[in-house]
Amino acid sequence: MKVPLSWLREFVEIEVSIMELAQRLTVAGLEVEEIRHVGLPFDGASPATRQETRVWGIAWDPGRIVVGEIREVMPHPNADRLVLTRLYDGEREHTVLTGAPNLFEFKGTGPLERPLKVAYAKAGAEIYDGKQAGWEKMILKPAVIRGVESSSMACSEKELGISDDHEGIIFLDDAAVPGTSLVGYMGDAVLDIAILPNIARAANVLGVAREVAALFALPLKEPSYEVNWQGPAIEGRVRLEIREPELNPRFVLGLLEGVRIGPSPYWVQRRLRLAGMRPINNIVDATNYAMLEIGEPLHAFDYDVLLRRAGGKPPTIITRLPEEGESLTTLDGVARKLDNFTILVADSAGALSIGGIMGGAESEVSSSTTRVLLEGAAWNFINIRRTSAAQALSSEAAYRFERGVHPAMAERGVRRGLELMRRLSGGQPAQGLVDAYPRPPQPTPVAVSPADAQRWLGVRLGTEEMAKLLGRLGFAVETSSDSVRAIAPDHRLDIGSGVVGQADLMEELARVYGYDRIPETQIEDRIPPQYGNPELEAEERARDLLIGMGLQEVVTHRFSSAEREAAQLPGSAASVRLLNPISQDRSILRKSLLGGVLEVVQRNDRVSDRLAFFEIGPVFLPVEGSQLPEEPTRLAIALRGPSRDPGWLDPTPPRMGFYDLKGIIEGLLDGLHLPPAAYEPAEHPMYHPAKCTRVSLGGRPLGLAGEIHPGVAEGLGLQPYPLTAAELDLGAILKAVPPRYPVRAVPAFPPVLEDLAFIVGSDVSGERVRSLIQEEGRPLVQEVRLFDLYQGESIGEGKRSLAFSIVYQAPERTLTDDEVAKTRERIVRRVSTELGARLREA
Amino acid sequence: MLDRLGQIEREALAQLEAIRTSADLQTWKVNHLGRSAPLAQILDGLRELPKDQRPAVGRRANEVKAGLEQAFAGREEALHREDLDRSLAGQRLDVTLPGRPPNRGRLHPSTRTLREIIDIWAEMGFQVYRSREVETDEYNFGLLNMPRHHPARDMQDTFYTTDPEVLLRTHTSPGQIRVMRERAPEPIRVVLPGMCFRYEQITVRSEIQFNQIEGLAVGHHITLADLKGTLSAFARRTFGQNVRTRFRASYFPFTEPSAEMDVECFVCGGAGCPVCKRTGWLEILGSGMVHPTVLQNGGYDPELFSGFAFGMGPERITMLKHGIEDVRYFWGNDLRFLSQF
Repeated sequence: MKVPLSWLREFVEIEVSIMELAQRLTVAGLEVEEIRHVGLPFDGASPATRQETRVWGIAWDPGRIVVGEIREVMPHPNADRLVLTRLYDGEREHTVLTGAPNLFEFKGTGPLERPLKVAYAKAGAEIYDGKQAGWEKMILKPAVIRGVESSSMACSEKELGISDDHEGIIFLDDAAVPGTSLVGYMGDAVLDIAILPNIARAANVLGVAREVAALFALPLKEPSYEVNWQGPAIEGRVRLEIREPELNPRFVLGLLEGVRIGPSPYWVQRRLRLAGMRPINNIVDATNYAMLEIGEPLHAFDYDVLLRRAGGKPPTIITRLPEEGESLTTLDGVARKLDNFTILVADSAGALSIGGIMGGAESEVSSSTTRVLLEGAAWNFINIRRTSAAQALSSEAAYRFERGVHPAMAERGVRRGLELMRRLSGGQPAQGLVDAYPRPPQPTPVAVSPADAQRWLGVRLGTEEMAKLLGRLGFAVETSSDSVRAIAPDHRLDIGSGVVGQADLMEELARVYGYDRIPETQIEDRIPPQYGNPELEAEERARDLLIGMGLQEVVTHRFSSAEREAAQLPGSAASVRLLNPISQDRSILRKSLLGGVLEVVQRNDRVSDRLAFFEIGPVFLPVEGSQLPEEPTRLAIALRGPSRDPGWLDPTPPRMGFYDLKGIIEGLLDGLHLPPAAYEPAEHPMYHPAKCTRVSLGGRPLGLAGEIHPGVAEGLGLQPYPLTAAELDLGAILKAVPPRYPVRAVPAFPPVLEDLAFIVGSDVSGERVRSLIQEEGRPLVQEVRLFDLYQGESIGEGKRSLAFSIVYQAPERTLTDDEVAKTRERIVRRVSTELGARLREA
Repeated sequence: MLDRLGQIEREALAQLEAIRTSADLQTWKVNHLGRSAPLAQILDGLRELPKDQRPAVGRRANEVKAGLEQAFAGREEALHREDLDRSLAGQRLDVTLPGRPPNRGRLHPSTRTLREIIDIWAEMGFQVYRSREVETDEYNFGLLNMPRHHPARDMQDTFYTTDPEVLLRTHTSPGQIRVMRERAPEPIRVVLPGMCFRYEQITVRSEIQFNQIEGLAVGHHITLADLKGTLSAFARRTFGQNVRTRFRASYFPFTEPSAEMDVECFVCGGAGCPVCKRTGWLEILGSGMVHPTVLQNGGYDPELFSGFAFGMGPERITMLKHGIEDVRYFWGNDLRFLSQF
């Protein structure tokens, strides 16, 4: 809502600076987003406005920009597109050169009978450059244009920063006195205030004035709603029928005759422009002016069009829902199919306008209109929202009605509109109004007490002070010994009843009392029961373990495409699909993390040699028969490139491969104090067929790990280094994390260390050999670790040698050679017979 | 004889002084402390001396011997040290060359900031409660006092799924309802971190997903003044002990009264800079007293309970703290960005 300060001042005597005003409004929840100076001086720095508040505009030099009077417009001797004017600045006459097209009609007509009042800028004045796009300031300097000395000018709205109109110069109203400083005459500043839903009542100048009055404890000067009735009575000349009182609780009509359509006076046009609206003609401008001023949107019909549609008889205005298949062409020229909930203003011949949103083309006011039927109504705000959304149609009227306008405003609006039209168009208001008001709201009194203020706000307020604060906002208050009963004023609909109403009043009390005056205290209540969060703690531990192993955490978009997900999970069709995706490649929610992490590898391919990433986050899996998907937590890892960044110490470090990835998984599980996982060969289209494993923990599959299939990597543009990756069910891992783990005593007796190498068939897995040694070596064998692997001619084709280092240890004594030898013999026998292995002699 | 001993001592020490190698040192030892050295001969010949001279000469000879042995040991050690020094000096490194870089992993900046915020709230008695990212319309809006066609829904552009009742949460607030329903009628102090989604264009200033961390306290005596005090304490803890805060009235459908908190710009200390757009203040937080309808929907009687809630954006705070101007960096995961944290 753009509020010109001059307009605001009609309703409240503002005594503070613009900045202070903006600050107080902002703290009270009317966020001032922009302060645009249109003439008024800047009053100091901005210590207190919102961070986003933009303060800009232009201050008019009172001595150099004044009201001027053009007394004659003369042709230019050397130029057709320029004229010379005889301009009086209050002290003397000057010859002023201008190219303003709106002066041409006066060219050569001799001294003007009705001199033109203009905004006159003298040399040295700072104005905007009218010829440049945007807002470029310039200082007016003496110049010679086509042989004529020119050091001053009559200004356009653009040059003064009022609007971007540079079509011609401003013609001020006749009452302007030459020589008066322009800033004194019409200097202004425009506050652009964000209207949050709870202050919809302030989407108008009066509404803001009411807040200002309440916040600064100033009197509010309400506008007059008196109409200077002049014509015969309206009665019998229009009938009214409301068929849906729930959707249209009130409808008020007034009639104006003898209208002469024409432009509005300059002060009206200027205010509309400053408030962000375009002047049209005096009747339409009057409806908009009244709406901007008091917040009631009005609609003007051409009464004669309605008469004609009614066959010459007095028309009946009907508000109703559409008939099957009914349509209407609105003012914006769009033929609209109407939904069955669209509330229409109609007459006997059909629909005239969409109630509360936009008028129809046929009955609108035109240049030949002489009689105006003026509508002010109240509408159900939810239905207006619904309609405006369904029709994708917004308007200044809809903006207000969909936030709620009190039905009491309908009558005030029509009265204010009629009186403005009378003044602007010379028309005569027909005596009286036609008013149907089937559903007057019943305001519920809400009682609040000092105890409530203490309980909600933590502020000690007495009944007297509470009554005073609410009274300043227009509440009708009754004070008893321990509480205040308040009834909301009839310009607002946002005060509820019961405990909700109390909360509403608490907000009002806090706003007017001042958020800055509320003390800072600490909660007195005891700390509530504390619940552990072991899964989150374990998840954070997993992150720390992974970064400790040199991995970079990434976070990618939860959004994905069907194609990307299909590559990860072939054959799985169901996914969470978006109704309104921002693009096709973000049209579903991910079911796997790997795709996103591989994209990160791709993106960083040229950034760094060594790429080691992980992501922890949810995937979204639809569940048959359930409205909401499952959101299990996953872990994805991707490794590519050298195991450390190459440098002068190590120009070609080994590349990371499958076993680096596996080492990270082992390190993670070990760091979480979990037993080792089981690894068995697996196949998946994403992975290298010979370098992929399924990882499981305690029999529960966790996911796959391996080298990404070279074909897939090539598709990602990632040849020729191997790319290894894993995606694991982190949720399952974290659930298995033991709440505590025992720590074994450090052995007091020396272990016996021994190496054993077995030659086995290549098809025998290393883990098979290792676990067999471990099992058979019980109880003395504490650790079995592979330290060498050899394949070669010396041991025969299809064979390999696996060398293990073995730790024998007893907790309570030093082992004898004999004990160790016995265990060793058992191991060799078991491994040989069971796996066909042969002990490799050193 | 005593003169002779003095001469032996002087000559031996002078020679020792000149020795530069261990070989010469060994020769010196044989020459001066060996069995056939003059000193040894004097000691051997003590018996031959007149009785009255024996004690003095014996004492002096032993003195000289001890002195030479000590000098020898000192010289031996000095020579050894010189050898070592020479050998070490030959191993001189270019200390200006770069060290071997360890593989240092890093958390994503959003995780870092979330952890910092969560840790601070934990100290103030607020525990983490996490809830789902795909939500029902009812939890995301309806139960939070935003019925269908409520104007506040305009403030949040929503991603809907093909099931019209299911959407991507636009804020972490549905977790408020979930935690209240789980814990009512116990008092509550929790923070709710997590990813939220808004239907927007991805630009320098807006993203379709972002983290939020929200706090909720419900109890018997919780006031707007408590909210103000608690949030100011948080701001001081996060941005510095002397940081000033400012509360402004605002609007959120699920709180009433609602407030936004600004903190004094921690970059310029309030003097005005590009980060705070020269206003000296940074907007970091929305908050308010839990709306009675929301309390009721959570299972708490608003006549008996009150509460406050607040929410902030870790990415925004990270951006402010580090002067980051492009929000797309967060999910872009470019190492040149990530590796700076």
